[in-house]
Amino acid sequence: MSTLHTVNKSPFSTQTLLSCLSHAQDGDAVLMIEDGVYGAAKGTGVADAVAAKAGKVSIYVLQGDMAARGIDAARLIDGISAVDYAGFVRLAAEHDRAQAWL
Amino acid sequence: MKFGIVVSEGPYTHQASDTAYHFAKAALEAGHEVPRVFFYHDGVNVGTRLSVPPQDERNIQANWTALGKAHGIDLVICIAAAQRRGLLDENEASRQGKDANNIAEGFRISGLGQLIEMGIQTDRLMTFGD
Amino acid sequence: MSEVVKKFLYVNRKAPYGTIYALEALEVVLIGAAFDQDVSMAFLDDGVFQLVKDQNTKEIGVKNFSPTFRALGDYEVTKLYVEAESLAERGLTEDDLQEIVYEDEDDDWAEKPSIRIVSRDEMAAVMADQDVILSF
Repeated sequence: MSTLHTVNKSPFSTQTLLSCLSHAQDGDAVLMIEDGVYGAAKGTGVADAVAAKAGKVSIYVLQGDMAARGIDAARLIDGISAVDYAGFVRLAAEHDRAQAWL
Repeated sequence: MKFGIVVSEGPYTHQASDTAYHFAKAALEAGHEVPRVFFYHDGVNVGTRLSVPPQDERNIQANWTALGKAHGIDLVICIAAAQRRGLLDENEASRQGKDANNIAEGFRISGLGQLIEMGIQTDRLMTFGD
Repeated sequence: MSEVVKKFLYVNRKAPYGTIYALEALEVVLIGAAFDQDVSMAFLDDGVFQLVKDQNTKEIGVKNFSPTFRALGDYEVTKLYVEAESLAERGLTEDDLQEIVYEDEDDDWAEKPSIRIVSRDEMAAVMADQDVILSF
């Protein structure tokens, strides 16, 4: 049993991403969407916290939101993969429940 | 698989109703079902037919109406949230003694029970808000 | 109303009054109670502020809905998980929260506390044990 967590907040304005990461269980997936995608970039103040969790949970970023905000795939923290909306749906179907961190 | 979707922010200010729309569309394209979308909090504002966005912008309400029509999605606006925010169908307008109604085609106003029922009857509940 | 019983968790992560989420979340919980599901509520991050005692909204002209939490037991909503770390980070202890109790029908209607203070790891386990999670 596992959960797909979605985070839609910039980690520089709220604690949402950190709260999500501290509640995600091994084997869960975290998908950054909307302003949440800012948490996926290398070299930020939260990058270490994200990278530390990346081995235990699968971390994804929504491609369209990343592109809209000018984040290139090359800037993603190692281990984070981009998915499109179809990939979002696949993740939601693969995991047993979805939890939105608003 | 059946996906239930909650939209809990209004259109244009927040991206939530856009993301929910793209998710619903992708789910349907992948062969899943989206029996119902429940609009709550400011999300109820998606269902007004009186919004007139600029021609070169997406029309969020029209997109939902079209998607709902094409796939038989039950687009439900929460009555309690709608009453606070001035979203009325013909029935509610006359019941409340208001001189107009503004609900868009394909949407209907109903109770919070529809949200719980959606959680019971679908396989996954997806929330899009802020 | 329904034969299916699912585990529903209402996740509250926002403070009251500044935005409407806390109040409208409570409205869902009250309506949802009629569906006889297995309901729990989670309070973490700023959501713990919803349960603070002595809320007085007279001067802001907004309805004080905090007494409604004390009525949840009558709706058979008796599991209110509150995260200890979230309290501590905000300088709060359990004593700062209002007392919320329910009568346990399986134990001769003994009065029991609805608030269960849990660690972050325990909260994560509660979340991972649900069928449906509604976030506010």
